[in-house]
Amino acid sequence: MNGNDKGAGVAERSMGFGLRALNRLAGSDLLDRIRVRKQVERALFQGTKNGFRTATAAGRTFNAAQKLTRPARQVPGKPRSLFDITPDDEQQMFQEAVRDFAEAKVRPAAQEADAERKIPADLLAQVNELGVNMLGIPEELGGVVQEQAATTTALVGEALAHGDMGIAYAALAPGAVATAIGHWGTAEQEATYLPAFSGEDVPAAALALLEPRPLFDPLKLETTARRDGEDWILDGAKSLLARAAECELFLVAAQAEDLGPALFVIESGGKGLSVQDEPAMGLRPAATGRLLLEGVRLPGAALLGEGDRDSYVECVQRARIAWSALAVGAAQAVLDYVIPYVNERTAFGEPISNRQAVAFGVSDIGIESSGMRLATYRAASRADQGQEFGREAALARKLCAAKGMAIGSEGVQLLGGHGFVKEHPVERWYRDLRAAGVMEGALLV
Amino acid sequence: MINLEIPKKFKPLASQANQVATEVFRPISRKYDEAEHSYPKELDMLASLIDGMNEGSDIGGAGAAGVRRESNGDGDGGNRNGSNLSTVLGIVELCWGDVGLLLSMPRQGLGNSAIASVATEEQLERYGGKWAAMAITEPEAGSDSASIRTTAKLDGDEYVLNGEKIFVTSGDRADLIVVWASLDPSKGRAAIKSFIVERDNPGLKLDRLEHKLGIRASDTANFILQDCRVPKEALLGSSEVEDKQGFGGAMQTFDNTRPLVAAMAVGVARASLERARELLAEAGLEIDYALPALCQPAAVSRYLEMEADYEAARLLTLQAAWMADNGKPNSLQASMAKAKAGRTCVDVALGCVELCGAAGYGEDELLEKWARDAKILDIFEGTQQIQLLIVARQLLGKSSAELR
Repeated sequence: MNGNDKGAGVAERSMGFGLRALNRLAGSDLLDRIRVRKQVERALFQGTKNGFRTATAAGRTFNAAQKLTRPARQVPGKPRSLFDITPDDEQQMFQEAVRDFAEAKVRPAAQEADAERKIPADLLAQVNELGVNMLGIPEELGGVVQEQAATTTALVGEALAHGDMGIAYAALAPGAVATAIGHWGTAEQEATYLPAFSGEDVPAAALALLEPRPLFDPLKLETTARRDGEDWILDGAKSLLARAAECELFLVAAQAEDLGPALFVIESGGKGLSVQDEPAMGLRPAATGRLLLEGVRLPGAALLGEGDRDSYVECVQRARIAWSALAVGAAQAVLDYVIPYVNERTAFGEPISNRQAVAFGVSDIGIESSGMRLATYRAASRADQGQEFGREAALARKLCAAKGMAIGSEGVQLLGGHGFVKEHPVERWYRDLRAAGVMEGALLV
Repeated sequence: MINLEIPKKFKPLASQANQVATEVFRPISRKYDEAEHSYPKELDMLASLIDGMNEGSDIGGAGAAGVRRESNGDGDGGNRNGSNLSTVLGIVELCWGDVGLLLSMPRQGLGNSAIASVATEEQLERYGGKWAAMAITEPEAGSDSASIRTTAKLDGDEYVLNGEKIFVTSGDRADLIVVWASLDPSKGRAAIKSFIVERDNPGLKLDRLEHKLGIRASDTANFILQDCRVPKEALLGSSEVEDKQGFGGAMQTFDNTRPLVAAMAVGVARASLERARELLAEAGLEIDYALPALCQPAAVSRYLEMEADYEAARLLTLQAAWMADNGKPNSLQASMAKAKAGRTCVDVALGCVELCGAAGYGEDELLEKWARDAKILDIFEGTQQIQLLIVARQLLGKSSAELR
């Protein structure tokens, strides 16, 4: 892992040197005089596009510690008879622990993590100790909850994202892989991979659905898996993976020959796998990167579970609930931040919150974030009760994408110029909240 | 234990209300939209039926009269699903049928909610079983209900009311009008009280009935109160001019009735969405929830956007009612629900007209009617702007003097 960090550092530094020289070259009129500017620019573009690739992390060896005769599964909860918005005791316990942690540790670390695109290793370890990456692991394999815990996971995501959405993404990404394996993996896959996720040294891992193109449809993937005898050969690219360079395990969605979209378990370090840094507008603490697959050969057993379409669609939908939950947390962070600001900031001799134009902006953040929260809880709770939840997940996602973005924007607007500078966190939330409309996969409830 | 589904015990009620909406309201919807001011006599039998439903159960009815603040819990570790929630669910279904007709339902007026909220046991007994309308707004005082000019002067054992009231829903049809008046206009909101006036009181004179954009089945009356004498016992709540509780007590009614109006908006929005979806399906457009909205036709994407807003409005409404059932202060959530449902309903109903083109705009369909009906739901029981004010004051911790 360290070797890779160092490698990236060298690559960055050499890129820095190169750019300095390049800038001098671009500024001189020599290029124009010798009429090669276009060619040089094109060469540079190609070089950057293909360059700065590194191999995936040299990961641990995953071995099946026990033999399961059949896959272990968390059971759906009993259908509930009454309408209720109060989390149960277990959920409150998780919620409070993560909320306190987010306030004490995550928020103070957020600004630097955003600037450096790096989260202190001990911070991730501490989040992990809260058990947040074990919520989808069946008890037989070291998990801590017996029943399906989509709602608990959503509450955890919300609470952590209230601290910081980018850190929340990085911290919860391994849990998504564990949950997917716990929900849909074969007995062998569960026994091989899940123990690592319930231990202390949880591997960085990524549930890779998103591809780098407009109008991405998770049900029509450009990443392909074709059969070669018993093996699968994968080709394609996956976008915005949290801590891509450190990942030891990937679950990659590919259009599988004869099957349609399906997930494949891929350990890092294999031939044909490489990662490329992929910095984005937000979620910067997660050090997002792109995974490239070129003729990656996998054994037949790498297909997650049966590779059935229903499981895959459910995975897509559960991910949407997870991103909605993160957006709810970040939206609440905006609300909690702007209230004291507009109450203290004075203009024309009184607090700006005495003006309706300002106050109504706060009202809208409050109203829409409450609606986002309820829609997200409803989808998660239906999933836990074994009810259909595709519609509810889609609506929560649509709502959180649209209102989350508007709330991020209004947060900056209410602080005016102060909102635009990095002295305040609202510009970060503006960037992060846009992710709720872009991301597919990556997180799971 | 988080669960945002309709509780099993209220499903029969919701289903009954839906049958009423389908079998009684929808078939006469267009008729009374056209025949404004004529009384929908079909509702008499229905009202008796609903009275019977209310009598026979402890879960509240499908109308406004069932609303009363509860505090004791039952089942599920103190969690309670009571009459506020069941009433909201009933209203959603009935307004999916026709909101104008719901507002015309005998004995289900907002005055009934006011009486149910603050009346003494004696008053409940005396006025129970009657149809009560609510008279707050005046020509010069709408949203600013603290500045009403109608006065009430104590004269022996009677109060004498003088003033003018407008926009009284079902005012001409109801048995009782709950009239807001000031005991002493110099003392501001603390002196404002509500009084129950019998419709046949000679001092209560009908001025005119309004012609409206929507909810035309429901009549909207304007009254002149001229030396209108009512017994002392007709005053609702305390007669003391206190600093805090007087006006607050009157306003407390709104915490209970705003979720009901939000529920009306949710019902109208759902009607529009469902019909638009059918018409879009006939035109070959299906909504796919697994596909990202932007990978589907623009009309589907717009539809999903509206449906998402509808989902938020609906859940905010259920939340406000659930809180009332559990004795939690819900003034903030009631206003959030009303604000979200009001604006969503208008956006959705108008949006569905646009999606369905001439079919949506024409009178062959009810979509255009729902779009006209929708607008009042973002206005009465506190306009959008008033809701935003209430929400802002609560979130920012501001008084009405600071944030006007």
